[in-house]
Amino acid sequence: MTAPALIEVRDLSIGFTGRAGETLPVLRNVDLVVGAGETVGLVGESGSGKSTLALAMMGYLKGGLRVLGGGTRFRDRETFRLTARALQTMRGGDLALIPQNAGQALTPTLRVSALIAEALRLHSRVPAAAHHARAIELLAQVRLPDPEALLRRYPHELSGGQQQRVAIAMALAGEPNALLLDEPTTGLDVTTQAHVLELLRDLAARTGTAMVYVSHDLGAIARVCDRVVVMYAGELVLDGSARSVLRAPAHPYAHGLVASIPRLGGSGLPRAMEGRPPPPGGAGVGCAFVDRCALAVERCRAARPALDLVLDGTRSRCHRAVDAAARSARGEPASPRARASADPSTPALRVRDLCISYARPRVLDQLLGREPDAVPTVDGITLDVARGETLALVGESGSGKSSILKALAGLVTPRGGAVALADGEALAPSVELRTPAVRREIQLVFQNPDESLNPRHTVAEILAQPLRLYFDLDAEALRERSAELLERVRLGPHYLERLPAQLSGGEKQRVAIARAFAARPSVVLCDEVTSALDVSVQAAVLDLLDQLRAEARVTYVFVSHDLAVVRALADRVVVLYQGRVCELGPVGAVYDLPAHPYTEMLLRAVLEPDPDVAPSLLGEDVVERAPPARGCPFQRRCHRRVGEICASESPPVQLGGDGHQIRCHRPLAELARLQALEAPAASAPPESAGNRGDGR
Amino acid sequence: MSAVVARRSFPGRALEVLRDMAARPSGAIGLALVLGHLLMAVASPWLAPHDYKAISATLMLKPPSATHWLGTDHIGRDVLTRTMLGGREALLVTAVATPVAVVWGGFLGVLFGLIGGRVDDVALRVVDAFLALPKILFVLATAAIFGASPPVLIPMLAFFYGIPVIRVARAATHDVVARDFVSAARARGHSTLAIIRRELVPNVRDVLLVEGAMRWSWMLLTFSSLSFLGFGVSPPTPDWGLMIKDASGFMSFAYWAVLAPIVALSSLIIGINLTADALAKALGVDRAQKAPG
Repeated sequence: MTAPALIEVRDLSIGFTGRAGETLPVLRNVDLVVGAGETVGLVGESGSGKSTLALAMMGYLKGGLRVLGGGTRFRDRETFRLTARALQTMRGGDLALIPQNAGQALTPTLRVSALIAEALRLHSRVPAAAHHARAIELLAQVRLPDPEALLRRYPHELSGGQQQRVAIAMALAGEPNALLLDEPTTGLDVTTQAHVLELLRDLAARTGTAMVYVSHDLGAIARVCDRVVVMYAGELVLDGSARSVLRAPAHPYAHGLVASIPRLGGSGLPRAMEGRPPPPGGAGVGCAFVDRCALAVERCRAARPALDLVLDGTRSRCHRAVDAAARSARGEPASPRARASADPSTPALRVRDLCISYARPRVLDQLLGREPDAVPTVDGITLDVARGETLALVGESGSGKSSILKALAGLVTPRGGAVALADGEALAPSVELRTPAVRREIQLVFQNPDESLNPRHTVAEILAQPLRLYFDLDAEALRERSAELLERVRLGPHYLERLPAQLSGGEKQRVAIARAFAARPSVVLCDEVTSALDVSVQAAVLDLLDQLRAEARVTYVFVSHDLAVVRALADRVVVLYQGRVCELGPVGAVYDLPAHPYTEMLLRAVLEPDPDVAPSLLGEDVVERAPPARGCPFQRRCHRRVGEICASESPPVQLGGDGHQIRCHRPLAELARLQALEAPAASAPPESAGNRGDGR
Repeated sequence: MSAVVARRSFPGRALEVLRDMAARPSGAIGLALVLGHLLMAVASPWLAPHDYKAISATLMLKPPSATHWLGTDHIGRDVLTRTMLGGREALLVTAVATPVAVVWGGFLGVLFGLIGGRVDDVALRVVDAFLALPKILFVLATAAIFGASPPVLIPMLAFFYGIPVIRVARAATHDVVARDFVSAARARGHSTLAIIRRELVPNVRDVLLVEGAMRWSWMLLTFSSLSFLGFGVSPPTPDWGLMIKDASGFMSFAYWAVLAPIVALSSLIIGINLTADALAKALGVDRAQKAPG
């Protein structure tokens, strides 16, 4: 904090008027100074006020919010007192925002050239004649290949990562002193995310732009930021160097947050944090975190702690900050998984040669009775999932993992292949043709409970749907069973009369899980069930899923893009690329020695919440829209390509021990040897990780 | 929110929406106009000061006076009495036809929206073809052939005004069908009817309510146009459209006889439109407050 202050937030409180006319604060007495060239990460769960704070730095308040006290300054000017014109000049010019969803932030009817020209016209002194040259320069700066061609494209013709880069280029057009980044990589694939973060990191280092990086993802923050600020219930609770916050957080909340992140390295489930933050205005006289705190003492209830300097520049809002810092976050043992009851001799689910195509047969083909010649989206999926086992399907977007799940549920009719339950009899391809008994056996839990729960139904009605349909219970039995289900997902029967909107994200997902288990299924299909949840909530939901699996002896097919979550929960993992299996095997084997080049690439790109662990980027994050017609699905991006054979022939299945199989033209031993050779570079020490960006 | 709000039952929620509407200027004015007209339609037989069909050669086109507050028409009938009674038939016919239109149009719209695919494509073309036809010609022809009695007009209006409802309901359903709770219901194996009833209808109901209010005002205009063109209500039954037609010939010197039914008809239509507007906002706000975040 030696640099001159660029953004100053002084004693800022922001709130809104509640239904009864009372004032409810969403930010309480926030003090924060961001110096020139500093990179600050703003972390917190949804509702913690981190986005409100970031937007307030731009002098912007969401509808209904107002400043209750204090203010923000940018380059010594009060942002809330600026005229509309002055704000317009400042925003996007000197202080630029990079939004969460670039795909929605870019005007769909304008080409990239027009988008960047607009930013240049409004926020730079570059003459119109030089716009084209400057635009190319900016696109090159964000490492977009072939900028000339890109300028002519429309936003929808770009991949998510490219869109985000264009948004960054637009923000850089005004040569800003500071960038506000609102979850800029949240919707992106792991490898793309790693690339974008590397870019941001380099930009910050090269241009000396200050960054305020808002995210719930501590891994991303650890990668980009030198300093981390933790928000809880509208308060700034911890402010310190990234290393101190992530290694030895001097606040119990930050401690819990760090401990709840699933890690690639360790096995077992991450530690869940109990309880939930108080609602706006719900914090008492004491510390807002007191009800969830393991270290709470008398004093914590009586008096709200001040934000005090603890040690080496760390500020913490905790009476027991020193004790909290003494407990290392990493030393915390993860809770072990409920003992696996998987029994490989009796597969609960069998999939043979599953093939899915979304290509509609053309009329001519239909008339001639020809098969459509499009390359199927998903092909050659053969799996046996044992009873009580958790099988994870991982891959980036477009890997076909959700399509496979939908085909298993019968929501998508596959083009070919067979699916069978324990009895081995092939199921009808579509859900409408399956028998009620089969439908009952296979249940689905969706990604986003806001979408999967009917907003007009109470919890009681939601749970009654499967109970009535499959078991034909009378009113009393129905209520009893619903209450019991809620109990099993650790919600009480008092939730029965609530509407989804009256539940938190985690509670909604628990209701969705209860609904799936209401059918007494043998197979539960989980589609990214925790990706819409906060990390601390995610940990609790993962724990619940694991408990339920052990209790009910169900089989999970668990789709996720989050490799750390998969490691925590799954027994076996299938790595998919473009709808084809690359690698399949027990989680331990696959993660400890990722043989297939794609698995290797994925695992290397994962961000650990540790500033000293750098992801290593193998290959470019090129976009692929369709799988190749022949050869290895991964041929175009592979960094270990052998040669012509990869494009012409499907890779052979190679068996490791313990059911581990990979599909690659290179022999297993050779892959292992190649990786071992590069190992020192891959697990790079911090110095070389920092240099790598310049070398590229 | 920590406060546990018990689920609001139907009358509770309806009351809340009404209160929200009444708190808005558009809703307050609209509701007052609509309720005023409904009350008048019910009570006018007892309130009307004169006999609506009493004609008088001596009282032709007299300006407003103490005995005839709004003057008299071209055959000496009391304009106030006829204006008070003139909305009864129109309100009766449209108040029956509107819900019928919303229900059948809404059901088909939701069904097409759910089924989707080819059926939906074809159905939509048929709907568009019907929408392209001038409704008024069909209604006129039917009224001319079968007479303009309520048993003819109600199904006629309900049919033609149900068609645009199909389009609206279908569009609203498309948004809901794409959501996971519908997939979840399909995956569990509920019947199509159960999915429509439990998953879809509760989520398109608000849109249909507002659409219904809009259709109602259009229907009233059509009904009055019919009378105006001489194919609707037959004399001596008082009706605004008919009154406007009869009095329009003398407009230049006996403005009162034409002004009274015009004000009555337009105030009702404006009232319905304002109510629909406030209803849309009240239901929209209701949704926004329930949304997470």
